Amino acid sequence: MGSFMDLDQGGKVQAYYIWIDGSGQNLRGKTKTMDGPIKSVDQLPVWNFDGSSCEQSEGVNSDVYLKPVSIFRDPFRRGDNILVMCECYTFDDKPHPSNKRSECLSVMEKVSAEHPWFGIEQEYTLYETDAVTPLGWPKNGFPGPQGPYYCAVGAQNVYGRKVVEAHYRACMYAGVKIAGSNAEVMPSQWEYQVGPCEGIDMGDHLWVSRWILCRVAEEFGVVVSFDPKPKSGEWNGAGCHTNISTLKMRQDGGMAHMVTAIEKMSHKQREHIEEYDPKKGEDNSRRLTGRHETASIDKFSYGVAHRGASIRIPRQCDKDGKGYFEDRRPASNCDPYSVTSRIMRTICDLD
Amino acid sequence: MDGLDGLSNPFLDLPQGDNIMAMYIWIDGTGQGMRCKTRTLPNKKYEPDQLPIWNFDGSSTGQADGNNSDVYLKPVAVFRDPFRRGDNILVLCETYSYEMVPNSTNKRAVCVKNMERCADQHPWFGIEQEYTMFDYTGKHPYGWPKNGYPGPQGPYYCGAGSDKVKGRKIVEGHYRACMYAGVKIAGSNAEVMPSQWEYQVGPCEGISMGDHLWVSRWILCRLAEEFNVVISFDPKPIPGDWNGAGCHTNISTEAMRQDGGYDKIIEAIKLMEKKPLEHIMEYDPTGGADNRRRLTGQHETASIDEFSYGVAHRGASIRIPRQVDNDKKGYFEDRRPSSNADPYSVTNRIVMTICLGE
Repeated sequence: MGSFMDLDQGGKVQAYYIWIDGSGQNLRGKTKTMDGPIKSVDQLPVWNFDGSSCEQSEGVNSDVYLKPVSIFRDPFRRGDNILVMCECYTFDDKPHPSNKRSECLSVMEKVSAEHPWFGIEQEYTLYETDAVTPLGWPKNGFPGPQGPYYCAVGAQNVYGRKVVEAHYRACMYAGVKIAGSNAEVMPSQWEYQVGPCEGIDMGDHLWVSRWILCRVAEEFGVVVSFDPKPKSGEWNGAGCHTNISTLKMRQDGGMAHMVTAIEKMSHKQREHIEEYDPKKGEDNSRRLTGRHETASIDKFSYGVAHRGASIRIPRQCDKDGKGYFEDRRPASNCDPYSVTSRIMRTICDLD
Repeated sequence: MDGLDGLSNPFLDLPQGDNIMAMYIWIDGTGQGMRCKTRTLPNKKYEPDQLPIWNFDGSSTGQADGNNSDVYLKPVAVFRDPFRRGDNILVLCETYSYEMVPNSTNKRAVCVKNMERCADQHPWFGIEQEYTMFDYTGKHPYGWPKNGYPGPQGPYYCGAGSDKVKGRKIVEGHYRACMYAGVKIAGSNAEVMPSQWEYQVGPCEGISMGDHLWVSRWILCRLAEEFNVVISFDPKPIPGDWNGAGCHTNISTEAMRQDGGYDKIIEAIKLMEKKPLEHIMEYDPTGGADNRRRLTGQHETASIDEFSYGVAHRGASIRIPRQVDNDKKGYFEDRRPSSNADPYSVTNRIVMTICLGE
């Protein structure tokens, strides 16, 4: 990044404000100089931006407000520089329609006694700079069929590990709770896991991890896609499998609570699917076909160690009689605030 | 090939706080491929049994069906990570079913048991791992001319010069990475076929031979990614007048290493002479089919169908080094295992024959 990056900042820091734009899946950001160091989010001012350039307002009344909600260390600028996750508010101080966090936070506050923990498995696909060719794929052709790429090692089976290694370290440094990573079934497809995070933290950590990923990939001329079915045909899609538990599920005898929760979810298939991608299920319908380790979008099912079901109970949890379960339906471009909020509303009977 | 080879990665020195990255490594359903994935753990010194048991989707690696796909990973050996450095680790694992029964592709479980049974004989092994470098397509040997062949074998073995050796950067990197990781790499040399190399791991006692060899293979394939080179462990990568690749396995017990041990060496070879088929079955991942392409009786191999042994004889199944013949003690070399053999299967079969009489 050049020798300018170690220039002294004279006691000031750069605060990079991050927000989700009107698409519900893309991130935006801009920098503000502050007196440093910043120890708490309360020290950060409300800011604003031109919403008409982000599909979030009309030109004639374009200011959208940015309210800081959590801070992370900046792995690109290092030092005392920070990343600031924000919520968007309208000019009359209401959560912007694209702001799914505000409602998620109030749900999480209502259910805080349940101590809900989440872990999300974020899948994504790397592309060449042209954003059309998956990274390393031959032009006008395809790599060999799926089989050798999952968790692979070796130049013939692994595309883009440099980006993955950089992202993992950047997340660790930033304070994002990255828990693991692996190469996925489709070549150039990867996954990392964030969690366990309680309540609202899940959404914050996942969104910041996505921003860090896209930003890291810039350094290598690589494009990140969160599309849930980037290649049609015999190629896996990409999901955001969401692992869930409440305190009662984690304790002895928790399996009964897990099954009760899953039964409740089984009655709200349509309501959940609507929250599991930014297009009310339209994106996911390309992915949840019943093949390639997915369940069909129309049918709810669950099973132990069953990767073709909507919800999978890990074998270990079945053995232990407690633990957590995995909702395999959310798409890779879902909003984790929407997903976690919907899950808690269902299993705690809030609607 | 992702076009990122040769680029530096400025993020790798970012502090990790109180956590480390553990790369769990296992052998997949082919019996010769390796898989790996990472998890974050609190930073401390870990013995294998202090590391968490993990699991993975066995239906994606030929190790389970989709409707019952969780396969468990049990850590068995820990090494330092030469790519991530710091306190980060590599964790070699055995695969188990949900009932904690060894997965059918897990050859280490039975090897450990048998090594424990003959531990008092202190079996030592040294394996000479040969391999071939290919370009990123995996189909054309690295550095070979397009649409053609290099000059015939002769000048390449232990050679020097850009026309004689290809890929030395990878070899140098691999050696240092193994030393750093704690793998007991003992030596290395360029081999007879161009773009073919060998390194030796050992002496390792008992189960550690398999552990060290598998991790050395993972490090090699991982390192070659950085150079867009594919490593092949195929035992006969190029048909015709080109050498194959083996995993010559050197063996000794404590009795063989002591004065007068030569008699014990001959005894052991005689026991192996009685079980040629049983050994060949374990000396590649396909019950001998791979080795059949390599063990032809030519190119410094013995024919797969005939057992033979001799002092300093590279055309025999088993070779007794000249030095051992002089000292009347030492070790012997089984030249039959193929380069893609599972060292657990090989060492297990050997101790069954010569230590346990089975």
